[in-house]
Amino acid sequence: MSSPFSINGGACVAMVGKDCVAIACDLRLGLQALTVSNNFPKIFNYGDVYLGLTGLATDVSTVAETMRYKVNMYRLREERQISPQTMANLVSSSLYERRFGPWFVSPVIAGINHTTGKPFICGFDSIGCIDFAKDFIVSGTASDQLFGTCEGLWEPDLGPEDLFETVSQALLNAVDRDALSGWGAHVYIIEKDKVTKRLLKGRQD
Amino acid sequence: MDSLVAQYSRPAFSNEGYQEQEQQELADVAPPLSLKFALPPVAQQAAWLRAMTDDHSNPEVPIKIAHGTTTLAFRFQGGIIVATDSRATAGNWIASQTVKKVIEINSCLLGTMAGGAADCQYWLAYLGMQCRLHELRHKKRISVAAASKILANLVYSYKGMGLSMGTMCAGVTPQEGPALYYIDSDGTRLSGNLFCVGSGQTFAYGVLDAEYSYDLSEEDALELGRRSILAATHRDAFSGGYINLYHVKEDGWVKHGFNDTNPIFWKTKLEKGEFSNVTADLE
Repeated sequence: MSSPFSINGGACVAMVGKDCVAIACDLRLGLQALTVSNNFPKIFNYGDVYLGLTGLATDVSTVAETMRYKVNMYRLREERQISPQTMANLVSSSLYERRFGPWFVSPVIAGINHTTGKPFICGFDSIGCIDFAKDFIVSGTASDQLFGTCEGLWEPDLGPEDLFETVSQALLNAVDRDALSGWGAHVYIIEKDKVTKRLLKGRQD
Repeated sequence: MDSLVAQYSRPAFSNEGYQEQEQQELADVAPPLSLKFALPPVAQQAAWLRAMTDDHSNPEVPIKIAHGTTTLAFRFQGGIIVATDSRATAGNWIASQTVKKVIEINSCLLGTMAGGAADCQYWLAYLGMQCRLHELRHKKRISVAAASKILANLVYSYKGMGLSMGTMCAGVTPQEGPALYYIDSDGTRLSGNLFCVGSGQTFAYGVLDAEYSYDLSEEDALELGRRSILAATHRDAFSGGYINLYHVKEDGWVKHGFNDTNPIFWKTKLEKGEFSNVTADLE
């Protein structure tokens, strides 16, 4: 029996640019070697915040729905959108509630804080330890490969178009070296007043 | 009628034309190989080797061997089609996308590679050597039946020691005509019209069985081989890369390219409307 984190496969990456952030994921859902679906996006939107979830597919769906419920409750009580920083703390404490029986997911957050106007990304382990990063966050079965491509391609203060190219190349080249992820990708480029979502036609093998 | 006879007749073992003495020489060709390789200095060598290398029963084995493949070969009226993918994986890591899984034993004989990459490469190269020696000793080319049996007997002598290979030998000889054999490291040796081997074999069988007929034209047979591998590379995580295509004919094999699956896939999808499960547009 293999690790719950690598049964279904999948990869996610977030990057910081100049006044923008990017988050991207692959589209594969598999059962070990068998590719079951090639349309299983792993990025979920919560107002101003984008959450990427890789790991066990059943937990990806459950955590995404649970967070939707929690963010909706937050917005109703506070009468405002949740900020990326608050979302990070919400995800972290929600994961730690399952300290002794964790969700088998590796979440990634990306968004722009509309109070400060600053880009924000962070990642987590499966029990809620937050990894604040100034450059990029990777997760999923291709995370080793993503670390390599991101270390090689990322540079500070990329504009939205260059950031799109960088994050896309980083993801596509990483998943092409991982048997369990790929089969297409979604890329979000998040700017202050605009979000662009694109589909990447990746290799289908 | 001729094609029917060809379809249902198996290479005739009794007509291979070997005298008893020649048979004996064939068996003696293999040197005492059990002495050639260093074995682990433990009491239960075979069991220990299996425990260290068999990642099927235990994915956490210390010695990871490159795995994952789709290979196929089938007999038809115009000869034999041999097709493979080109991916090598070690766990989930894609170690290479450009592996040559068809091994050219000589101008009339092909072998395919599935299972342990090193095992297949080494023993098929060894088989090539034995086939050449046979040619020099007997002044005639070895039959596919005999060549496949050298390999089958060889792997059988290492049974239980962790060798991992599933291979096909395809060739055309004057005495047999087109002949196809499947050999694996358990010692199985089968002759037949159609085989798929590797982690993607089920997907390849799916396409191949649906469209296969012995009377396929050469063009259709090549396309069917290509399409079967393409289906397998799409659904099987451990198959992919390039499609390696061969056609074995009366006067030797012909290579029909080593082509990237990616353009072939999108061409198949967009021009023929297949693979409708794959999204090509956002929403």
